[in-house]
Amino acid sequence: MTLAETTRSGPGRVLIALYAVFALGATSRSVVQILLQFHRAPLAYILSAFAAVVYIVATVCLARASATSRRVAVISCTVELVGVLAIGTASVLAPSAFPDATVWSVYGEGYFFIPVILPILGILWVRHTAKLSSPRSPVDQTGSR
Amino acid sequence: MTAPLFATVLTLAAVAGAMWSFVLLLLKRPVGLVVLLGFLGVVELGLLVQAVLGLVALAGDHRHIESVTFVCYLIGSLLILPAAVWWARTEKSRWGVGVLLVACLVVPVMILRMNQVWAGSVV
Repeated sequence: MTLAETTRSGPGRVLIALYAVFALGATSRSVVQILLQFHRAPLAYILSAFAAVVYIVATVCLARASATSRRVAVISCTVELVGVLAIGTASVLAPSAFPDATVWSVYGEGYFFIPVILPILGILWVRHTAKLSSPRSPVDQTGSR
Repeated sequence: MTAPLFATVLTLAAVAGAMWSFVLLLLKRPVGLVVLLGFLGVVELGLLVQAVLGLVALAGDHRHIESVTFVCYLIGSLLILPAAVWWARTEKSRWGVGVLLVACLVVPVMILRMNQVWAGSVV
């Protein structure tokens, strides 16, 4: 199996499916919010749209899994993790700034906290598959970062 | 919606599909996979009926619910299972049913949300 095939098979296939669910959910939700009720909570909706884009990028890159895609996937997972931690903390400390919930409010509370777990799994999976494909160099140099 | 019993039956069917997928995931062998796929086909038909009923109910409804969101959930719920089967199809390991498991858990969530939108208690 090539590295790309390894990345999108086994547990990776379930991970990509989960990412696709969040990409679909976040995208359709933020399109509706921005088109129909943008004035209600502009900050929350812009953040939702940003999250949607990150999910799409992560889904596509994990599924394509070329050397470049894997690098972009790790970057988007990192952005996602920073985002969910930052927005999560902000929504706990200053709930009034978020009159309408985002995917990342309270660390993804409305989504069973999957938003905070997914990016961690994504990064671990890319690192793991890199190790699998280069057993001689456990410290990977195959571009998982 | 107009048929809460139907939504409940669909939810239970999807949860049953999830449990079935989970058992196959643990067994590591796709025993009775064809029957599971047939069962998911029936669930998909049920979702199609729900979508039609929902659109008809919406057409005769004059409250101010978030109708766009409602329609998105009705139509979106039809995409989940076919997409999952397509994505799981080429997976040779037991993780293929893992994809079906995820899909079967997403369906009840979407049914729940569409009913919340219908009730007007939209998030």
